[in-house]
Amino acid sequence: MAQLEIRNVTRRFGDFVAVDNVSLSIEAGEFFTLLGPSGCGKTTILRMIAGFDLPDAGQILLDGKDLADTPAEKRPVHTVFQSYALFPHMTVAQNIAFPLRMARRPAAEIAGMTRQILEQVHLTDKADAYPHELSGGQKQRVALARGLVNRPRLLLLDEPLGALDAKLREEMQIDLINLQRDVGITFVFVTHAQVEALALSHRIAVMDQGRVAQVDEPARLYGYPKTRFVADFIGHINQLEAQVVESTHGHLRLAVAGLGEIIAPPLKDAAVGTKGVFAIRPEQVRIGVHGELDELKNHFAGVVHNLLYRGEVSIYQVELANGAVVEALLPNSAPGKAELFMACDEVKLGWRHDAGMFLRD
Amino acid sequence: MDNATMRRGRWLWAAALAVYAFLYVPLAIVVAYSFNDSRLNAEWVGFTWHWYEVLLHDEAMLTAAGNSLLIALVSSLVSTALGTMAGIAMHRYKLKLLTFMVLTPVAMPEILLGVSLLLFFIQVLNLTLGMLSIVLAHITFSIGFVAVIVRARLAGMDESIFEAARDLGASPWETFRYITFPLILPGVVAGGLMAFTLSIDDFVITFFTAGVGVSTLPLHIYSMIKIAVTPEVNAVSTLLMLLTLTMIVLAAKFAPDVLKGKT
Repeated sequence: MAQLEIRNVTRRFGDFVAVDNVSLSIEAGEFFTLLGPSGCGKTTILRMIAGFDLPDAGQILLDGKDLADTPAEKRPVHTVFQSYALFPHMTVAQNIAFPLRMARRPAAEIAGMTRQILEQVHLTDKADAYPHELSGGQKQRVALARGLVNRPRLLLLDEPLGALDAKLREEMQIDLINLQRDVGITFVFVTHAQVEALALSHRIAVMDQGRVAQVDEPARLYGYPKTRFVADFIGHINQLEAQVVESTHGHLRLAVAGLGEIIAPPLKDAAVGTKGVFAIRPEQVRIGVHGELDELKNHFAGVVHNLLYRGEVSIYQVELANGAVVEALLPNSAPGKAELFMACDEVKLGWRHDAGMFLRD
Repeated sequence: MDNATMRRGRWLWAAALAVYAFLYVPLAIVVAYSFNDSRLNAEWVGFTWHWYEVLLHDEAMLTAAGNSLLIALVSSLVSTALGTMAGIAMHRYKLKLLTFMVLTPVAMPEILLGVSLLLFFIQVLNLTLGMLSIVLAHITFSIGFVAVIVRARLAGMDESIFEAARDLGASPWETFRYITFPLILPGVVAGGLMAFTLSIDDFVITFFTAGVGVSTLPLHIYSMIKIAVTPEVNAVSTLLMLLTLTMIVLAAKFAPDVLKGKT
């Protein structure tokens, strides 16, 4: 049985439905992420798990036990807040010892456990410092240590990397992965940053307007988004308005107005006439000048519109005959030779018949 | 620095000097003349401790001073406790009516408060005016000041600190004991000192609620200067000033944030 079960939970604020009949089950030891734009209800779910807020309907079960009547301080669930919420009048060691003191652990045990977790987050030399004397990354690590020291069943993390600069954020991501693996505690992570979610999580629930749009492993979520919202929210994706003209169990044939036909992977129950979009990741789109793409089932002529040099890759924006702009991403494996194509070059775009997907409206 | 800036700088200095002179010269004169060997505050004759000796043997003055200290101590302690609770409640529940009710006595003209408390004590509570009525009156007007200071202290704080405490296993009482109270302590101390100072030099409200038997320092000084301002009044004022200064120094030691204006 799952460690945390969220069953048909709904939470309203006046007329606004913040969380709309959400069900999730999270396994022990999992790094689970709630991902979505601000206002999608992810933080409300986190607050209900922590006990700061209660569902209007539905149940939250931890190890099979309904949490409804357990106040926040009695739940074996700790939170790492976005603002860290360190106690400013206590030293690092006192902050970390706080949950142990509240749990009435013997003093010797408190000292030992505090020392051990300080070592684990590499802050032994900061034990007697006050929070205002720490850098953002150090505060972050104190907050993590404080949340983990009493070994909760669940650690909730509310956008904990949001306040850090990009470089530090990347380092902290690696630290988080290692820490979670070492302590073996279930992490429930809330973020609006899809890159972060993909890098850290075992599984991700993408949320949209209070509902769960899709729950999947990062690679499946990226490769097989089920809705236009998910496809759009996770990474970059090209979208072409399309309509099904043939549907077999081997492939889909799609008509794109002003462009022609596309052969796409099959989709169950996609009846002829269904409208939607053909979506394909920029790295799956190939680009060439002459006949080298002719063996591909899907290939179209276009004109390079813009190119964005990103160092390791270049992104080419190509305008097709129907005016749609498709992005193609090419790795720059030959140093110093970034611009294979220039703006206004006439090129060909192509992709394999099993690349991309059809997403219904 | 150009000329205009320098000129403006000089003017600023002059203005500042004038303000400080206006504030402190009268105080300095009071102190100086408390050591003046003359019955009048008119001219400097010579140095003496005489007026302090007179003060030490002035039974009525000592009784009044004792009353004032006792009233200030009791009323500031009680109003600090109540005002702290009111400040926390105002911050937590954001009820407009509550805020209005706590703050009204602060804005109310003292004379109005004095008269209405007098009527309330006599006609409603049927209380004999004396120490108790003065203490009750002082508590009434001090609560609002303490509440405002405590609330201001809370207003600048990250709310998630208190949630974090509960999240980490602290009961509501433990959250108050280990987190909220230590964090608002500078505000509580500042509020208590404010209440103490307000009480010890209050005249108008005390005048209405004292009745006939009990006198406080301000009431007694007032009754003395109706006859003549002797340097004994200067001496007692100097001591009062010394007491206030000591309290400020203590406050600075105990809660350095209060004077630095740091939250």
